[in-house]
Amino acid sequence: MARVELRGVTKAFGLVRAVQKADITFEEGSFTTLLGPSGCGKTTILRMISGLESPTSGDILIGDQRVNEIPIHKRNLGLVFQNYALFPHKTIAENIAFGLKYRSVEKSEMQERVKNALEVVRLPGVEDRYPAQLSGGQQQRIALARAIVIEPSVLLLDEPLSALDANLREEMRVELTAIQHRIGVTTIFVTHDQSEALAMSDRIIVMSAGNVEQVGTPREVYNAPRSEFVANFLGAANILQGEVVDSGPDGVAVDNEVFGTFPVSNGDLDGLRPGDPVRVVMRAEKVKLSRAPHGDGMAAAGQGSVEAVDYQGQVVRYFIRSGECQLQVIDMIEDRPFAVDEQVFVGVRGVDCSIVRS
Amino acid sequence: MSFILVYSFYENVDLAVDVAAFQFSNWRELFTDDYYHYAIWKTLRMSIIVTALAAVLGYIPAYFIAMTRFRHKWLLLLLLILPFWVSFIIRTLSWIHILGNQGAINGVLQWLGIVEEPVAMMFTELTVIIGFLHVFLPYMILNIYVSLEGIDRNLEPAARTLGCTPWQAFREVTLPLSIPGLGAGCLLVFVLTAGSYVTPLILGGPDDFLFGNLIYDAIISELNWPMGATLSFALLLLLGLVVVAYSRMMGLNQLYKAFS
Repeated sequence: MARVELRGVTKAFGLVRAVQKADITFEEGSFTTLLGPSGCGKTTILRMISGLESPTSGDILIGDQRVNEIPIHKRNLGLVFQNYALFPHKTIAENIAFGLKYRSVEKSEMQERVKNALEVVRLPGVEDRYPAQLSGGQQQRIALARAIVIEPSVLLLDEPLSALDANLREEMRVELTAIQHRIGVTTIFVTHDQSEALAMSDRIIVMSAGNVEQVGTPREVYNAPRSEFVANFLGAANILQGEVVDSGPDGVAVDNEVFGTFPVSNGDLDGLRPGDPVRVVMRAEKVKLSRAPHGDGMAAAGQGSVEAVDYQGQVVRYFIRSGECQLQVIDMIEDRPFAVDEQVFVGVRGVDCSIVRS
Repeated sequence: MSFILVYSFYENVDLAVDVAAFQFSNWRELFTDDYYHYAIWKTLRMSIIVTALAAVLGYIPAYFIAMTRFRHKWLLLLLLILPFWVSFIIRTLSWIHILGNQGAINGVLQWLGIVEEPVAMMFTELTVIIGFLHVFLPYMILNIYVSLEGIDRNLEPAARTLGCTPWQAFREVTLPLSIPGLGAGCLLVFVLTAGSYVTPLILGGPDDFLFGNLIYDAIISELNWPMGATLSFALLLLLGLVVVAYSRMMGLNQLYKAFS
């Protein structure tokens, strides 16, 4: 087990900068997710930590050791690939024991550890089968067993769940987190799936176009996105244009077309002065709709008409038109859903508004 | 084929005069005359040498083409197939212009003053081997390439992270998974070499004959068709045995795969 640190790491492929000056610390024993759309550099970071790519500049440290020049096979890492990458010509036992063979582990101990690893991933008794004889979910578990059996200092997971179907993915999500907690290995998880990231991680690193956008716990990045990109990438959000009309020690007052003037006390408030244009994030599920005017609980209140209704069973997604502005609202269905063209009152609580820099 | 078998029991009484019969003199000659045994031995030896060299020499470019990140891979494959546009007899004859006494190599050596007299390189067993390799190598490369192309690109990195050096990862993963293609290529080159007669005829000396040359001599020069039929059928049986042995070991599926 070890912490992993990137110091000013840049990776360029020709003229394209896949990762730009990344400073990231992965704490010992933590489960950290690199989250972002494809091409944001998250996989490149993982490959640089594993040694499959080398950084153009900057240092990578595992434990307290700089590993830039250490070849892949001496880094002692467990890497799980998106497509599992099990050796098709070797049995499950040979697959799992592969790393042990190159660590000169004795035969008897090897068998014991393979057996234990299979129990950890809850697939005992498949030693003599071949990978092709197992289902996708089972192969996934074997790939994990093969990675953890060598007791790696860091476990690297490259979108390991994306090849599974939806139900299995959720099951493996829970299981993977449980296994990580049990063995306590520093884990770096790469995904483009925000719900995986929110459900599994201790910490999320949101990336976009080679840059780190925000680092924080799942709740921090979800509730207090620091940039428009993060707000849009995690869940559905409304981003409203506004202008600062007053500023004080606890926050600012913002004037907006839909909500009039309302106070905002979350987000990136540093150095805002009256007259500055700002953007205010409101999560779609935090915007409340009502047929009667909202009470005092709402910091911002406005009015609009229902433009479109997207019924999803558990929830309904509404598109509310108010002047030039369109709001997205996700609402749990209580009694009767709103109908198209119905006039509604819109309200948002103060804690659910936050300011981002554009 | 059965006609060839029937013909092998006929009797040759004079040049190109055959009498329909059922007698075993041709087969007896094949089994008792050391000359034929020597030719079989020579053919097997030559086929094994050519196959082994082709396997080693073919694996390297196949690996390179399969693993390269070069965007226009089709161009490399086209270069591989390009020689097939020229008749293989012409390709074989071209070696005379390279290795012959008035050939390119001797020309350069003499021009540079390294040698006074041309170095005799032609019409030896070595030139026959070179000629075979030149003509059959693309078959080997293509077969190995198809096999390598089908291997998951993440397997070698996976082996590397588990503790393999690059060479160990190749030996553990890529090599065993490419055995079917390598085997198919070897079988093709072996059979093609063992059945050849033109290449030794053009590039070999008087001693560099293969079993195929004996068939050629029996039919074209001696006009002894029954003996030619016997020899043909014998070669067919021998190569058939090789193919059967191969398919017992590897299965023939890979052969179809390579051609589809």
